[in-house]
Amino acid sequence: MTVTVAPSPTGAPAPKPAPAEPAAGAGYPEHPPRMGFFTDTSICIGCKACEVACKEWNHVPEDGLCFTGMSYDNSGGLGADTWRHVAFIEQRRPLAGQEANLAHAGGGDLRWLMASDVCKHCTEAACLDVCPTGALFRTEFSTVVVQEDVCNGCGYCIPACPYGVIDQRKDDGRAFKCTLCYDRLRIGMEPACAKACPTDSIQFGAIDELRARAERRLQQLQGAGVGEARLYGEDPADGVGGAGAFFLLLDEPEAYGLPPDPVVTTRDLAAMWRRAALSATGMALTVAAVFLGGRR
Amino acid sequence: MSNSEVIREGVVGGRPGREATVGVNQANGGDRRRRRGERPMVPPAEFRSYYGQPILNPPVWAELDIAGYLFLGGLAGASSLMAGAAALTGRRGLARSAKVASAAAGVLATGALVHDLGRPSRFYNMLRSFKPTSPMSVGSWLLAGFVPAALGAAASDVTGRLPGVGVLASGVAAGLGPAVATYTAVLVSDTAVPAWHEGWRHIPVLFAGSALTAAGGVGLIGAPLAQGGPPLALAAAGAAAELAAAHRMQSGMGVVADAYNSGPARRMLRAGQALTAVGLAGGLASRRRSRLGSAASGLVLLAASACARFGIFRAGMESAGDPRYTVVPQRERLSRRRSP
Repeated sequence: MTVTVAPSPTGAPAPKPAPAEPAAGAGYPEHPPRMGFFTDTSICIGCKACEVACKEWNHVPEDGLCFTGMSYDNSGGLGADTWRHVAFIEQRRPLAGQEANLAHAGGGDLRWLMASDVCKHCTEAACLDVCPTGALFRTEFSTVVVQEDVCNGCGYCIPACPYGVIDQRKDDGRAFKCTLCYDRLRIGMEPACAKACPTDSIQFGAIDELRARAERRLQQLQGAGVGEARLYGEDPADGVGGAGAFFLLLDEPEAYGLPPDPVVTTRDLAAMWRRAALSATGMALTVAAVFLGGRR
Repeated sequence: MSNSEVIREGVVGGRPGREATVGVNQANGGDRRRRRGERPMVPPAEFRSYYGQPILNPPVWAELDIAGYLFLGGLAGASSLMAGAAALTGRRGLARSAKVASAAAGVLATGALVHDLGRPSRFYNMLRSFKPTSPMSVGSWLLAGFVPAALGAAASDVTGRLPGVGVLASGVAAGLGPAVATYTAVLVSDTAVPAWHEGWRHIPVLFAGSALTAAGGVGLIGAPLAQGGPPLALAAAGAAAELAAAHRMQSGMGVVADAYNSGPARRMLRAGQALTAVGLAGGLASRRRSRLGSAASGLVLLAASACARFGIFRAGMESAGDPRYTVVPQRERLSRRRSP
């Protein structure tokens, strides 16, 4: 069996000076490199091994054995009990030399997109910013994790997430999401989903290395004529400062249920506080004018 | 299963399938639409989604608890402010009723917040840290200062005991009141919920106005007829600010305005405007004449303020549950960036 060995950090070209990693800003003077996922959806086969491995390792409860009618998707989307979600999109478009031998009413071919979605572990993480208790924290690997012994289930992180990742476990009351297998990382193991992925569609590693690998893969696919291949979430200049889990997609992000241009809500927070202070001042002045300026 | 090993030093033993060039033999070479002509400058009215599923996970907040809190918090904050001004200008009756209403609303509001927690027994974790990046943390500390002050002010006024402490408490409550009434605007805007986030410039004004309307209602209900002038004027000023802010907000938010202009949100907001008009007209008609008419007008104004808060809450829920409100504005932003 031929095994391609990815270049190790020592063999790779000298990394360009990276911006400070989130862990540095979170109070870890010394920390390991930022770790994350590169999910290459072009080689996902929709086996859902990632969903199962995640559930088993993290003791994630059953998320509803239901028929959604959304192709082979039966978990619907990310939530408190779904930390990896495999999306299935059937399109009547030709794909490669694939012989689907299926006759559709509309004619044409079948292209089947599959993609395993996960928490993005954002550089600028809104869930972490808005958490009032400090239950959500930044780990030394620059990932974002909920401390379940602190979370009081206020639910603020849920609408703060621009991707719809974190959610409340109804019978528990607290918020849950992917931890990027913090426990496994701490002992030098890769996350359960990446470990179980049979095609290496889910690749785990240091972010800088994954970004370089994703760029090479994009060039490879585009060079082969797959013009619609694109990276999603890899750009540190994007609305969340770059995702710690990014993707290679074969269609527009929204086709996979991903927001096309997410922006962390706290980018506007300072201006919001100023507007609120202005309004509060306006309230006080109005009351003063009414009571002091008017007749008795 | 996988033979690859990923250790901190890097990946060892990647899979050969990782290099599979899917789509290489594609007859037409990729995305046809993209090949033909240019990217559209204006995003299509239609949008794409994953089976119409929402992109966001909608808030899990219970409407009665959280929309109710937005209303009660505004009422409490503005009433404390009004109580302070009334006490300073010698309107004892108005001050007392406003203090009592503020304390009651403050306690109820806090109760609603605790009730809404997934783990109410851990409510004290709200004071585990102070985070300016979390409006909920800021609000928790505000309430921790405000509610005891409002309670103390009301208790001292009603019982007549410890007047010095009462004055101090009343001052603290009046000082924190405007912040309590408006921070909730930041609380809802600092989310990815389109109807709330896109309105961040105007929701603080809207909430401040709505809070003044509610405080005016409190004054009309509780104050002696002779002191009904200022509450009515406050309600009118609040209503004007609220109306203007709502108009400006919706005219500047593109497709997201639909969340406010459809379904139950629209009905709530319309009802709020109608009730505001009725309450103000009633207050004016019964001014210095009818105690009952004045109190009824005050109640109508309270209902008007509540309708506004519930309407905004509903609009947010609606916009979070429909991918259109997430995808279309983001697509518009992208095409603006690509073709300035």
